[in-house]
Amino acid sequence: MLHSSPLTFSYPDGPSFSFPEVHAGAGEELLLLGSSGTGKTTLLHLLAGLRSAQSGRIEVAGRDIVPLSEAQRDRHRGEHVGIVFQTAHFLDALSVMDNLCMPQYLNGDAPDRNRAQEMLERLQLGHKAASRPRNLSVGEQQRVAIARALMHRPKLVFADEPTSALDDANATQVMNLLREQTADVGATLVVVTHDQRLKDRIANTVAL
Amino acid sequence: MNLLKISVANIRHKPLRAALSIILMAFGVGMISLLYTVQTQFQEQFDRNIKDIDMVLGAKGSPLQLILSSVYQVDAPTGNINLQETERFLKNPLVKGMVKEWIPMSYGDNFQKYRIVGTEHAYAEHYSATVAQGRLYEADFEVTLGSKVAQETGLQLGDTFFSAHGLDDTTDVHKNHAFKVVGVFEPSRTVVDNLVLCNIPSIWRVHEKPDEPPLAEEDKEITAVLVKTSNLLASVRIPGMLRDSKIMVSLPAIEVNRLNKNFGIGMDAFTAIGVLIMILSAVSVFIALYSSLRERRYELALMRTMGGRRSTILTMIVMEGALMSLIGFVVGWVLSRIGLLVLSAVLEDRFHYGLTDLAPSLTDLGLLMITIFVGKLASLLPAVKAMRIDISNTLADG
Repeated sequence: MLHSSPLTFSYPDGPSFSFPEVHAGAGEELLLLGSSGTGKTTLLHLLAGLRSAQSGRIEVAGRDIVPLSEAQRDRHRGEHVGIVFQTAHFLDALSVMDNLCMPQYLNGDAPDRNRAQEMLERLQLGHKAASRPRNLSVGEQQRVAIARALMHRPKLVFADEPTSALDDANATQVMNLLREQTADVGATLVVVTHDQRLKDRIANTVAL
Repeated sequence: MNLLKISVANIRHKPLRAALSIILMAFGVGMISLLYTVQTQFQEQFDRNIKDIDMVLGAKGSPLQLILSSVYQVDAPTGNINLQETERFLKNPLVKGMVKEWIPMSYGDNFQKYRIVGTEHAYAEHYSATVAQGRLYEADFEVTLGSKVAQETGLQLGDTFFSAHGLDDTTDVHKNHAFKVVGVFEPSRTVVDNLVLCNIPSIWRVHEKPDEPPLAEEDKEITAVLVKTSNLLASVRIPGMLRDSKIMVSLPAIEVNRLNKNFGIGMDAFTAIGVLIMILSAVSVFIALYSSLRERRYELALMRTMGGRRSTILTMIVMEGALMSLIGFVVGWVLSRIGLLVLSAVLEDRFHYGLTDLAPSLTDLGLLMITIFVGKLASLLPAVKAMRIDISNTLADG
């Protein structure tokens, strides 16, 4: 599903990074573990198609995304990629329900409100559909963010430091949720973190 | 879900951000729409009342005042002219050929501030005023009421009333002769609606003192004569022929033109202020959107992350600018109509002229299109900046 050759990326007037190969099959889980400053977030952005690598190949579902134009990458993300960020962000003006519908809408598909409601129910947030994201607790926001990343049934789900700000109990809960939900749509889960606690949970690990 | 809904939600989410732009646009649009509506409706009423009247004869004074008093019935008359002298002049073979029709008028009295005009039936015919109830006045002291007069005063067929001297004063009543209502005109949307028409001798007789003999023929006076000419040269030759007489010639075309020009300067100034306020609103739209980008850049990057195209972001921001302007337009238009109603009430009270047409005009449609264009233009630069946000950097800073 996701296969990358060694990649390089350097920021203008900034640090340069080389990254090792990354391989993850369909439905597999992969942990990219590294301490801060090793370019974890940069690698996630490259693999997710938020940024273009300067050399190397990133094959997603058989297609190399490195040479894609910005507009093509927009489309690629909209179709194949879901991302969960360390801090959950939303379109503050819209309800939780509308936020969940965003990925499908932005990708030009009809939003599936039933599916959004179902996902909220499963996360015990069914009653929050009409609320503003801002009025949810941080834990609830993180759950909604996970649901949003999976709304459009992506093939690849990236999670950037999903647990590093959480205590053990919450970290476990969020990780379980991520794995369950990802497995549910049959997507490949790539977690990028410096959180050593996750090391034992995901067998397939690449150290940066 | 669509972009419009998102744009509306974004504006509603931070209403203060859009408030200044909306208020400014409302004032600019309201002012311009009000001015143009007032001007158009005045122009229409002026044109309707002046139709085919090429010349007005009256006592020496301000030519504009003569037109305003005789044609529009909004100012005081300039004085009276001798009937015999006037008739003699108009029947003079040299003049007769240039004059198609002339209508003498005598006025200066009122009933409950509605002016009583002594004139011939030709006056009503000139304005195509037809009788709705009863008939046209025939004998002395018979009157036919304009539709608005009948409606406002409640006078009915067969009722009698006393006239008062002057145009506004209702205290100095002529008690010696009562007028009798014999008819009511259909609404004609002309000055006739606001007048009480009778024959000229009624006006003379109402002013006779009980102990004095009737006016001698050579002392009879009228206030003005409306003249339709049959010859373009008339407007040059007749004033020349009357230069040494006591009669003044006033040409409506020239006077109304002068009035419009003077009004026009005020109109232009107010329009310029309105346009300036609209430009300020556009600047405000620009500032509101541009300064919001800092706060919203993460949201915008997020939309891109989820597959949002750059064009989607561009359209969304431009739509927000257009929406702010559109809301301003709607508020402004409503304000202009409220203003029109207030102004109409004042004019109605002072001049019996109402501005009754509240419907949107073509000017409003043009104004709407300009408003939306201005909103889009003002939001273009912020929109392009939003479109060019570097997603990866923005998310990494998040």
